Amino acid sequence: MDFGQVLDAALSAGLGTQAIVFALAAIGLNVHFGYTGLLNFGQSGFMAVAAFGLAASVTTFDLPFVLGILIALAMPVLLAIVLGVPTLRLRADYLAIATIAASEVIRLVLGAVEFKDTFGGSNGLTNFAGAYQKLNPYNERLDLGIVSFTRNDLWSITVGWTLVALSCLVVWALMRSPWGRVLRSIREDEDAVRSLGKNVFSYKMQALMLGGVFGGIAGIFHILKQASAVPTDFNTTFTFYAYAALLIGGAARVLGPVIGSIIFWFLVAGLGSIFDQLTKGADPFMPEWLMTDTQASLVRFIVLGLGLMLLMIFRPQGIFGDRREIAIDGR
Amino acid sequence: MAADTTTGLSAAAAALQGVPNEPGAAKPDPILKGTNIKRTFGGLTAVDVERVEIQRGVITALIGPNGAGKTTLFNLLTGFDQPDSGEWSFNDRSLAKTPAFKVARAGMVRTFQLTKVLAKLTVIENMRLGATGQIGEKFWAGPFKALWKAQEDDITVRADDLLVRFKLDAKREDFAGSLSGGQRKLLEMARALMVDPELIMLDEPMAGVNPALKQSLLGHVKSLRDEGRTVLFVEHDMDMVRDISDWVIVMAQGEIVAEGTPEAVMANPAVIDAYLGAHHDTDLSELNEDQLEVAAEAELDAEAEEAGS
Repeated sequence: MDFGQVLDAALSAGLGTQAIVFALAAIGLNVHFGYTGLLNFGQSGFMAVAAFGLAASVTTFDLPFVLGILIALAMPVLLAIVLGVPTLRLRADYLAIATIAASEVIRLVLGAVEFKDTFGGSNGLTNFAGAYQKLNPYNERLDLGIVSFTRNDLWSITVGWTLVALSCLVVWALMRSPWGRVLRSIREDEDAVRSLGKNVFSYKMQALMLGGVFGGIAGIFHILKQASAVPTDFNTTFTFYAYAALLIGGAARVLGPVIGSIIFWFLVAGLGSIFDQLTKGADPFMPEWLMTDTQASLVRFIVLGLGLMLLMIFRPQGIFGDRREIAIDGR
Repeated sequence: MAADTTTGLSAAAAALQGVPNEPGAAKPDPILKGTNIKRTFGGLTAVDVERVEIQRGVITALIGPNGAGKTTLFNLLTGFDQPDSGEWSFNDRSLAKTPAFKVARAGMVRTFQLTKVLAKLTVIENMRLGATGQIGEKFWAGPFKALWKAQEDDITVRADDLLVRFKLDAKREDFAGSLSGGQRKLLEMARALMVDPELIMLDEPMAGVNPALKQSLLGHVKSLRDEGRTVLFVEHDMDMVRDISDWVIVMAQGEIVAEGTPEAVMANPAVIDAYLGAHHDTDLSELNEDQLEVAAEAELDAEAEEAGS
């Protein structure tokens, strides 16, 4: 087996654009779920409205790129209001149902034939990333021996990790403040917070908006790095991978979602490469009756799932979590 | 409030001496006034209070058998539940249909029968949360520590003082979830004081508290009155009611059936009946036959259970 190839695949995914998109989305979920206790199962919806806010502004309506970005960032805030007003006064499960349904509606509407002129139907939109690519200061590809990145990837990685760092900074600054203390208290017991004179609904709405904007940034970055916006990219799997990343890293920790996302994609790509090499070729190492190469790409998710289960059993707080917090189950 | 040492009564409690011992009696200086407060759950009338007034600056106990509607009345008054009808005012400001957080800001803060400490926050963070008007609780100010640092320090000083007073200072950095039941009651009361309420409403402050801690809790409740706050509490512990309350309101099946000084209420046959369950002999109020039957059955069941265990 060629371990260089495995490491290459794992590192490119774990440090590359894939991990960045999920890190940003998971940072948003961390604000929702980790700090405030809001079960948002529709993060992909927040990503999609922002992504298509930018793509449609620039491609369909010929607006300037910067204005497109501003519109894109406003979209998740609007979505948070639409989803939050009817559901945030109710129990947490209602938000979960509303968000997962909304994210599916958004994906189907964006891909619908009826809106082909605006959103490009199932093929989506292209030709909106010119301004972003023109800013690229790199002239050639980067070769680090085991891993190498193309010129475009290098630019996206630079922008992406900068965004991740800035997002973490914002989350850190907010969560150490009294504002963050109110959010964490709401996660523990809403009624107690209410009885102390805090407007719980308002704080939950602010949290939903903030986390949604991080999701929106993830969506914008996702379509910019690949220079195309495709509705099917924003399916529910996206949300649940982001949750997996968050739980691996540890919820309610500033760096939890980032480290979790890196590990998640490192493993997905690394395991994929291992199983791929074991099953391919004329005389594969793994006999065909045991596993074929088409099955191999799925088996990695089974292995990953087992790994997640073991993590939840032996380290339920995630890698960065605080064991003491998990040990307390009383209310 | 200066205590009148010769009679052992506080000045405010002395003011209650002229008040007749009857349900819904008018008080000389009420902080809270309510009329026709009604709450039904399906066919069950949980609360149906015609008239209630709470005197400022005294300790008022709200007692009554299980299911009398004491906690429901608490929930209604503090905005945690919505009544079918009714009107009430706090410091002459109408508070009906006001959301819970605004009730708390108006100066009327409650605690809960089942304590609600924020388990995964430390004791000191629980306390800090209670302070009102924090600049740092605004989204835009949050990231900039310079804007809220000074206020946070003041809050911490106040919180530490209260922790010392409630003997929780040793637990300062522990998660609130690691506290015992009695300590949680103390923390909740201390946290409510961070709001600096005029009226503090304690829902069964003694439930599940060991006898040693009870004495100090009693002292704390009395000290609240001595600071000039008004206390309204729900309690089943008759010793506590007799010990510290200046006025007692008795509820049974959603209605106020008796009111008066502790001595007068304890001697009231209607109250004894409400607790012992012999409704049929005395005229409690205009209860209908069905309610009486349901109540009688429930008591028989409870007695059977007790006998069995």
